[in-house]
Amino acid sequence: MRRFRMAAAAALTTALTAALATGCGGGNAPGDTAGNGNPKELTYWATNQGSSVEADKKVLAPELKKFERRTGIKVHLEVVPWATLLDRILAAASSGQGPDVLNIGNTWSASLQKSGALLPFDGKTFAEVGGKERFASAPLAATGARGKDPAAVPLYSLTYALYYNKAMFREAGIEQPPTTWAELVADGKKLTRGGKYGLAVEGGNPVENAHHAFVFGKQHGADFFDAAGKPTFDRPANVAAVKQYVDLLANDRIAAPGNAEYAQNQSVRDFATGKAGMLLWQAARTSLLAHGMKPDEYGVAPVPFRSADASGRRNVNSMVAGINIGVFKNTDNLDGALKFVKFMTSTDEQNVLTTKYGSLSPVLAAQKHAPRTPDEAVLREVLAKSAEPLPQVPDEAQFETLVGGAMKELFADAAAGKKITTADVRARLTAAQQQMQK
Amino acid sequence: MIARIRRGGLPYLLLLPALALELLIHLVPMVIGIAMSFKRLTQEYIGNWGAAPWAGLDNFRLAVDFDAPAGRALLHSFAVTCAFTVLAVGLAWLLGVTAAILMQDTFRGRGLLRALFLTPYALPVYTAVITWSFLLQRDNGLVNHVLHDQLGITDSPTFWLVGDNSFTALVITSVWRTWPFAFLMLTAALQNIPRESYEAAQLDGAGIRRQIRHITLPALRPVNQVLVLVLFLWTFNDFNVPYVLFGKAAPEAADLISIHIYQASFETWNFGSGSAMSVLLLLFLLVVTAVYLLVTGRGRRGGHG
Repeated sequence: MRRFRMAAAAALTTALTAALATGCGGGNAPGDTAGNGNPKELTYWATNQGSSVEADKKVLAPELKKFERRTGIKVHLEVVPWATLLDRILAAASSGQGPDVLNIGNTWSASLQKSGALLPFDGKTFAEVGGKERFASAPLAATGARGKDPAAVPLYSLTYALYYNKAMFREAGIEQPPTTWAELVADGKKLTRGGKYGLAVEGGNPVENAHHAFVFGKQHGADFFDAAGKPTFDRPANVAAVKQYVDLLANDRIAAPGNAEYAQNQSVRDFATGKAGMLLWQAARTSLLAHGMKPDEYGVAPVPFRSADASGRRNVNSMVAGINIGVFKNTDNLDGALKFVKFMTSTDEQNVLTTKYGSLSPVLAAQKHAPRTPDEAVLREVLAKSAEPLPQVPDEAQFETLVGGAMKELFADAAAGKKITTADVRARLTAAQQQMQK
Repeated sequence: MIARIRRGGLPYLLLLPALALELLIHLVPMVIGIAMSFKRLTQEYIGNWGAAPWAGLDNFRLAVDFDAPAGRALLHSFAVTCAFTVLAVGLAWLLGVTAAILMQDTFRGRGLLRALFLTPYALPVYTAVITWSFLLQRDNGLVNHVLHDQLGITDSPTFWLVGDNSFTALVITSVWRTWPFAFLMLTAALQNIPRESYEAAQLDGAGIRRQIRHITLPALRPVNQVLVLVLFLWTFNDFNVPYVLFGKAAPEAADLISIHIYQASFETWNFGSGSAMSVLLLLFLLVVTAVYLLVTGRGRRGGHG
């Protein structure tokens, strides 16, 4: 009897805890060759670009119909929210059960390239969808590691810009948007009064933080990865860069302490409702409008530099943000998938889609018309002259998580009233770097 | 002879489907998970992880090397999780047992109150926790509105979702979610205690406190044994509550192990390392559960003489 009880206890223990180790189970080796077994259908995963998944479906549906009329290929659309897209792609890659054509964040290009889940766009494949020379150089640089066949083709491009509240600037007697960080801090201090603040930051969002760390790092002449792809997070210049950004809240106090926990785009809301006078954001027009701020109420300017005459490799004030379109390697409709990529990146479609989404087109021919909005003029110039892609290394995702996460903790410390010193920043960045495994 | 084998074999034949399903649903994924922990499974091999090179014990060594940052971070996360589990399970049980005893006697509105108590358990996790995350926002949340604006208890609005207070926020949200389950189980268990025991105790002059100590709690013992174990396993492994409350990057003070492992595998594309941590966690939970069952089981046999 006693032995039976022991066995029963052991069995119960196992059963109760079994579900645990199954976390990442599954995954059979997919057939990794593309074919044309199913030439009349395509599955397309689009990321959520507009104000909601439903809005995206409305934007894309007529375009997909147009494609069907021309080619006879029916496209099954799924709009995947941004927050879950990467997990979905990883699951698709490990199971081999994925869409034919999909959107990826362009910062994931090198990682996904290394995974081998996507069809490499070698010279011949790229020629089939229209050729590399149709695309602007900055977005094209964000399609994978240098010297390797791109993992995907640029679809939409975005850059950061400085949005400022015209009325608040007027009241504070500021005539021009700031062009250097010193000016931005000075203007921010003028705007910070009576419960309003100079700048809104998304301090609780590691990804946003990492994007700013990248730009500030560039302006300090530093990179977060060396030429060999090894992390260099705690170099003095990177420490200074991260500290300068965190100091906007910690030391300059031109951002509200509450910003430290913002991770759901509350900074956009604060800017739109006049709680903050400035915002560093990508293509904010549609979200600002959704919060009731009309385009004539704000101005758009390039993100400031450290000095007015920044040049060479320090002449960077935005990452090349954007979406690439790729083909899943084991698609059963390769020809159709390439036709679809060609269609989506055609000049006509680019004009339609970027107008609806308020993004920039990475296609040169679709950038020729006059800017549709004042922000487009600024974003276009930034994209052409002073935007660089985030490091195209396989460990880029770790950079965003670890450095962005370290900055989130620094913001939280600062907001709780702790003083942030260079040593604090260095300690956080060193710890982040050491966690880069391998 | 054959007939005897047939007769003897039938039970095993009947067990076969269950055994096959058990293998398929529990054991195979577990074995795969364990196999993954011995591999260097990064994004490079995600399409065909059979081709990933064997890493030996490297993943485990990295996880338990407490002098290195990765190991230290895991240890910190483990400590946070233990503290969180003890507090959350303890409070959920205490609330559950208190409410169940108070609801034992019939009174007007009992049904309504019971239904009300069970609401958190009936709500979908996401809805419930996202509501908490709104309540706990620093600038616009209801919690700070009451504590700071209305009552003036705090000098400045408190951060609940970042920094050290995030631990408190997590415990409160988790207890709020799980205590109705304890309440439900204990309410059911209380129905089995004969009223005569209480009446006899009253005749002997035992007060409420002594009745609870000498009748209610001993009678609840078998239920408590399972209830606390289940609460422990759920709470220790809870992923949804911290994920919805804090997003992908939990603050250090509330860096629960499930989120930590998710980060180590999905956010950084290192599935071998994540699996190794999962396996270590599985071993820990196995040991805790086995010890718990043995100790409580022995105690119960002793208790009944």
